[in-house]
Amino acid sequence: MKTLALPRQLPGRLPRNYLPVLVTGALFIAMFTAGGIRYEGFATGQIILNVFIDNAFLLVVAVGMTFVILTGGIDLSVGSVVALTTMIAASLLPSTPSFLVILLVLAIGGVLGAAMGAIIHYFEIQPFIVTLAGMFLARGLCYTIGTDSIPINDPTFTAIAQTRIDLAPELWISPTVLIALAVVLVATYTLHYTRLGRNVYAVGGNEQSALLMGLPVARTKIAVYTISGLCSALGGLLLSFYMLSGYGLHAVGMELDAIAAVVIGGTLLTGGSGYLLGTVLGVLVLGLIQTVISFEGTLSSWWTKIVIGLLLLVFILLQRLIVTTGVSRER
Amino acid sequence: MAEAILRMTGIGKEFPGVRALDGVDFRLLPGEVHALMGENGAGKSTLIKVLTGVYSIDSGEIELAGDRVAFTGPLEAQKAGISTVYQEVNLCPNLSVAENVFIGREPRRFGRIRWREMRRRAAELLTRLDLAIDVAKPLSHYSLAIQQMVAIARAIDVDARVLILDEPTSSLDAGEVAQLFRVMRRLKEQGIAILFVSHFLDQIYEIADRMTILRNGRLVGEYVTAELPQVELVGKMIGRELAELERLDERPPARTSDTLVEATELGGRVAPFSLTIREGEVVGLAGLLGSGRTEIARLLFGADHAATGTLRIGGDQVTLRTPRGAMARGVAFCSENRREEGLIPELTVRENLILALQARRGWSRPVPRKKQDELVAKYIKALNIRPDNPEMLIRNLSGGNQQKVLLARWLILEPRLLILDEPTRGIDVGAKAEIQKLVVELSDGGMAVLFISAELDEVLRLSHKVAVLRDRRLVAELPNDDTLTTDVLMETIASGGAK
Repeated sequence: MKTLALPRQLPGRLPRNYLPVLVTGALFIAMFTAGGIRYEGFATGQIILNVFIDNAFLLVVAVGMTFVILTGGIDLSVGSVVALTTMIAASLLPSTPSFLVILLVLAIGGVLGAAMGAIIHYFEIQPFIVTLAGMFLARGLCYTIGTDSIPINDPTFTAIAQTRIDLAPELWISPTVLIALAVVLVATYTLHYTRLGRNVYAVGGNEQSALLMGLPVARTKIAVYTISGLCSALGGLLLSFYMLSGYGLHAVGMELDAIAAVVIGGTLLTGGSGYLLGTVLGVLVLGLIQTVISFEGTLSSWWTKIVIGLLLLVFILLQRLIVTTGVSRER
Repeated sequence: MAEAILRMTGIGKEFPGVRALDGVDFRLLPGEVHALMGENGAGKSTLIKVLTGVYSIDSGEIELAGDRVAFTGPLEAQKAGISTVYQEVNLCPNLSVAENVFIGREPRRFGRIRWREMRRRAAELLTRLDLAIDVAKPLSHYSLAIQQMVAIARAIDVDARVLILDEPTSSLDAGEVAQLFRVMRRLKEQGIAILFVSHFLDQIYEIADRMTILRNGRLVGEYVTAELPQVELVGKMIGRELAELERLDERPPARTSDTLVEATELGGRVAPFSLTIREGEVVGLAGLLGSGRTEIARLLFGADHAATGTLRIGGDQVTLRTPRGAMARGVAFCSENRREEGLIPELTVRENLILALQARRGWSRPVPRKKQDELVAKYIKALNIRPDNPEMLIRNLSGGNQQKVLLARWLILEPRLLILDEPTRGIDVGAKAEIQKLVVELSDGGMAVLFISAELDEVLRLSHKVAVLRDRRLVAELPNDDTLTTDVLMETIASGGAK
């Protein structure tokens, strides 16, 4: 391991914790440049904006996942909660005002998350198992509403789905991108400038110590799962704007995409280290892989999975290196 | 004499079957360092836990600055001005130093954390402790000693009037201890009362003004350190004659028996070294924390792989790839991390004892219960393991007795070379003397022992020869004759063996 020593400190005042984020950023730029050279019409701003548009819901879900993973936990229920949200929204919209529907599904997501967080904390059960149970529960609830896809014809929803916000000639985004970016900004502020955010990092660093330091560990842990539940519900709303339908088979395996984005973004699965900017870049990298493969045309979409798998492996190895070379200390 | 800031009177605490504290009086004056002395199980930890509200008291009363108090938990005690810093640093390694000092009470404006203000105040606070470090760097960037100081900084920022330091020095090296003591003196000047627990008598005599001695949950007495000679202190702590300890002070004669282990230019995580160990010889390894002592032990035990050099055990050249291979050749290794690498706390004394023997026999040939009971009874008696109940869970034993169980586990295998890595760290004087005596007996019986300890006089007392390490390099090999003293050893460590 010694021969692979990484720099102790990055140039300037950046701590080495930023290294994975920088690597992810460099990777994104490299992929974009390579795509631009290889494919005609690739190197445009709209390509990047399209990645945002197509992955706004994933971004929001990944933000929630980042909170959970920073405490050293995991949330497998997010994909199912997204599907449940689309299902509830689609089934209620014909008879209920859209703003009520939106409030209701957000509340359901938050309550589900809070319940899982409480079970994880007070019964000291592995988050993996609790959220796995939550995943089956939410997915199953979808089918109690209906087994088929339900179209959404609500005027508010369709309006949001069809709105294009022009930034410049030939450059536009959807309202969902704005919502996602707002979520990212609020979450970043929360993580770095509020006690809740710092407690999230502290719990992820060493839960026992956090407890002995007098930090509200219970409240923090329940809060992160609540945030993840809320983000999943909001992600579900964004997905219903995007798909204009509710379906029990929406977002199958999305929890894994979200985890992959967070890990590729440089957040340690053991908790306590990572940045939301990394998560944003992680989502962009995942989205760009899909774009590249669709530009290639002849490649099957399974290549997306293969590339994501390889990337995950590389990033986990990179983190391992940072952890093992980071233990040397000053006296 | 100044008015006591803390006064505990007639404290009694009972656990099922044990009277942990029995009518103990204790007082702490502002601006003093007060050592709480006693063997393991004497009631030191219980007294501290009672004081900080971890346990409730059965009888007696606690007064803080004249007011009667009864805390329900460490947090409440902390708010009242009693802060505790434990041996294990209870901070978050991933957060910055400044955050570790202030988290939970960060300076804020409209809910927004004021980072700059926090870093400024943290730096100010640490300067008060004579510590000039970059507070923006993560805590894990710094050594354990500095981490401990940060823990102290956190403790005193909440207007501590009483600071409890529970074995803060057991994993620090000499320089770090000196730094800690500087900080303690400075806090003392500021009028903070410090309750200090340590197993190192020299440290007690260096820093403590007064001491309170406990034995078996009872108060032995309160003394001024300068007026109590060390020998009397030890006598009061263990309540028995010191003849055993003193008998060991004769220097062992050099061994001329056959060579058992011969390492030639063996290297891995340490610079290549050559070392021979004869049968029945005790070889001491001296050096600072992190100087490569444990790495040498791990190489000889096959826990790490040698990158260079050759190793002969009993005349045969061997390549050790796993601890199993080393065990098969008669090497046993008693790790320094009792908790993490040695004992399995949820198993009983018997199960822990039998573990290594069972591992050598393989899972398909269980050790018959009758043989287990025989062996366990024999070693519990031989090593004076208390309580002598083989079915007790190991986590309920005191540190010294856990160490004895760990030793016994390897002794059952009747090894030819026994590697002891810090076998006496963090255990009381009585158990320490017993373990030292055992080492002498084993080597008299022909077992070779590699003895690693941070306490130089212990190394000197037991070893036939001493190998000195510095910066992961074996710098000197000294026969233990009359010219070798702890001063010579310290000089050798300091100078790196250069003459």
